[in-house]
Amino acid sequence: MMSDEGKLWEVFTQAKTGRPHEHAGSVHAADAETALQNARDVYTRRGEAVSLWVVPADAIVASSPSDDGPFFDPGNDKAYRHPQFYSTPKGVRNV
Amino acid sequence: MEINGEIRNELFEYLLRLGDDRLILGHRLSEWCGHSPILEEDIALANIALDCVGQANGFLSLAAEVENKNRNEDDLAYFRDETEFKNLQLVEQPNIDFAYTIVRQFFVDVFSVPFYEELSKSKLEDLAGIAAKSLKEAKYHLRHSKSWLLRLGDGTEESHKKIQNAVDDLWRFTGELFFENEVDEKLIKDNYVPSAKAIEVQWNEEVEKVITEATLKLPEEPNTSLRAGRNGDHTEHLGHILAEMQIVARSHPGAKW
Repeated sequence: MMSDEGKLWEVFTQAKTGRPHEHAGSVHAADAETALQNARDVYTRRGEAVSLWVVPADAIVASSPSDDGPFFDPGNDKAYRHPQFYSTPKGVRNV
Repeated sequence: MEINGEIRNELFEYLLRLGDDRLILGHRLSEWCGHSPILEEDIALANIALDCVGQANGFLSLAAEVENKNRNEDDLAYFRDETEFKNLQLVEQPNIDFAYTIVRQFFVDVFSVPFYEELSKSKLEDLAGIAAKSLKEAKYHLRHSKSWLLRLGDGTEESHKKIQNAVDDLWRFTGELFFENEVDEKLIKDNYVPSAKAIEVQWNEEVEKVITEATLKLPEEPNTSLRAGRNGDHTEHLGHILAEMQIVARSHPGAKW
């Protein structure tokens, strides 16, 4: 992933304290501090975040599309794994 | 806003300096838009340019209000001529390359942070408000310019050479950051504005610290220039900036879009 533009970093933003960091996109940068600054400029200019993570893209281990079947299908026909049989108490958000 | 008539002229002059510094610096930075080394830096420089122009908008609006002659911030930005601009010569210096841009910005940012900290205590509430908002932006600008200065200084042989070259060339314009005359004296005495001179020692220490850490050297010559942008004396570069910046407003006065 090295190029003239530096390494690729994946950017995760947290919209509010307590919420999960979510993938926002990626930036190029030569080192971590620059990556953080670039991520700040590219993804949080309109106040979208209270916290930022940057992770070197090559540190992320990802499943590949060809894994689709064996990885994910077996979950689909096991309805008992889903908690939809319970009613959610009123006032609970973010489930 | 009630302005004590005795300080109206001085305050107007002072606000022009603050506004013009940021307007011209913001315009210079905006010239990078679409030309930066990488996309991320393009956005970063455009962000900083917008911050500067936003700050200029605040200071020039307030200047227009203080002047009370039926002019607004746009009139001040687009319908004054070169000698009426009171910005530092440092901010009008051309981008030349990324190193020059970063060094120019760094010299300004190291000044702006402590300056805004003091200006936010002004007894003029509107001015204190703009300063407090600008302080947050300046802190980020400094983080940006400082980190690039360190990386380019302590980077490759070529980046070191280029950034040292920019330091050597721009150094002579930095003394003007601490310019003071009777305008300042009057406003400082009445607690409207802080002393720029009082920031000089701190500025020198911080600049020297970062320059040394970046494995660079400050020139040994004094950083004072013969003429002052504060008096309306400018280098040949300001005229070109104004020509480009003002042409649309002057060709279509009062145009709206």
